[in-house]
Amino acid sequence: MKDFIQKNKLFSLYSALMLLIIFIAIFAPHLAPGDAFNSNMADALKAPSSEHWFGTDKLGRDVLSRIVYGTQLSLFMGFTIVITMVLIGTIIGAVAGYFGGFIEVVLMRITDIVLSFPGIILAIAIAGILGGSIANTILSLTIVGWAKYARIVRSLTLKVRQEEFVTASIMMGASTWTILRRHIIPNIMPLIVTTGALDLGVMMIEVAGLSFLGFGAQPPTPEWGLMLNEGRQYLQLAPWLMIFPGASILIVVSIFNLWSDALRDVVDPKNEG
Amino acid sequence: MVKGIVKYISQFVITLVGISFLTFCLTYLAPGDPAMMLLESGDRIVSQQELDEVRAELGLDKPFWVRYADWAINAAQGDLGMSYSAKIPVVDRMLESLPGTLMLAAASTILIILYAVPAGIISAINQNKKIDYILRSLSFVGVSMPTFWLGLILIYIFGLKLGLVPIASSKISFSGVILPATTMAVVVGSKYMRQVRLVILEEMQKDYVIGARSRGIAEWKILFGHILPNAFLPLITLLGVLVGYLLGGVTVIEMVFAWPGLGNMAVYAITMRDYPLVQGFVLWVAVGFMIINALVDVSYRLLDPRLKRGQQ
Repeated sequence: MKDFIQKNKLFSLYSALMLLIIFIAIFAPHLAPGDAFNSNMADALKAPSSEHWFGTDKLGRDVLSRIVYGTQLSLFMGFTIVITMVLIGTIIGAVAGYFGGFIEVVLMRITDIVLSFPGIILAIAIAGILGGSIANTILSLTIVGWAKYARIVRSLTLKVRQEEFVTASIMMGASTWTILRRHIIPNIMPLIVTTGALDLGVMMIEVAGLSFLGFGAQPPTPEWGLMLNEGRQYLQLAPWLMIFPGASILIVVSIFNLWSDALRDVVDPKNEG
Repeated sequence: MVKGIVKYISQFVITLVGISFLTFCLTYLAPGDPAMMLLESGDRIVSQQELDEVRAELGLDKPFWVRYADWAINAAQGDLGMSYSAKIPVVDRMLESLPGTLMLAAASTILIILYAVPAGIISAINQNKKIDYILRSLSFVGVSMPTFWLGLILIYIFGLKLGLVPIASSKISFSGVILPATTMAVVVGSKYMRQVRLVILEEMQKDYVIGARSRGIAEWKILFGHILPNAFLPLITLLGVLVGYLLGGVTVIEMVFAWPGLGNMAVYAITMRDYPLVQGFVLWVAVGFMIINALVDVSYRLLDPRLKRGQQ
């Protein structure tokens, strides 16, 4: 453990920061200093002060508390979406790459079609038409996001399948399931994990973006993108409503991006830059 | 060669059919009856007979596949139906908003190239020096930045506090395009800058560069005479991908700046449940994205002699 930290200083530092964010998310109810949910019109649109560090919104709710609660949703959405699309993409890609033939042609054509849309547009259209909600945000971003993983996993599976140890396994009578589990999956894991880690930050921005457009989380959910949308009308009057939620997105996404970059270096030291 | 072209075109057509099918299916995600939605305006009560008439008119009484075929054939002829909210043909409505989006995309692309290419090159030739770290850190912040937040900050500083540019422009104007294009350029350009840096670095490690250097050729001659021409193709490909991303990214930005483009139109169309218009928009973006990728692909094949030989 000590050696690992010595060897991977940056990765350890970013991991610690990431754990801190996760800690904030889990203990949000205990950490939030004020009332994040109940409106209190007497306190509406108060500027940042010692009582409300980040000020209050149009309903008098404490902005800092809402940001702390927002961490929960942001992390939950980021991880749920990435894990779901990685799972779906991996299964489809591995099946296509391993079995080949007609199944592969069909699956990869579908993948290509999904990839031929600029992702966020399709997600906006799906989420918007289904109606704004947290479940629909997850659904729409997953529908759009799995295809990239299917393509990566398929090409890796094809490569691994041609390795001699796989051929040897097949000749020794190993079942398809065993080969997938013992050989294919472990070999494609590093790239999938690092790609998925990189997508955590991307997905958090896209979730916030959908909410900002009004097609994601709905009021009164404390969600950063939604808070920015609500703060937009008070840009002149109460700029703190715009500054703090946006800064939270930037900081959290930056930490996740730094962490995933460092993770890639730990997993695959050859890859620099 | 001919065989390759036929294969390429047939793949293009299959993808196009897939795109149109997915777009067509979007309407079926919607809760509610399109005929009802078309008739329902205000408080008027809709009779069953009226409903049946509109259903027949829209072809909703026909089976799914027939409806898709009808829609696709019409779409191929440039008829995407009527916009519910604007009460004019979808294509006409989109043509109204197209100049705004094209202008924003063009301005953003110019700014991206102006920022990302020099920054990427400077960063690469000064690898691991101070200037490289500074540029990389800046690009890192740019990549992690939500576009809509950066847009709001720029509006606040340059529009509200300094009063240099109009805050929201409902008409296309040169001064109005500066802020949204800058926003796009910072976020998308930062991504591109990192890619430019990597491509140049990769090229710099090749043997011919070391050879040229050992023959005493000036560093700037190697850069402009050898490295940049060789890096040109991959850089164009990456830019093509980013322009596609730009087409999508402008949706949020146009909404932040109330810029009169297709993205703003699409957000409004979704809010109004104007599905034909949403379909038109999605189809336009997907086909535009596909055409850009195809152009990049073709130019690649034409410009890179190695690939041409490989094909034959």
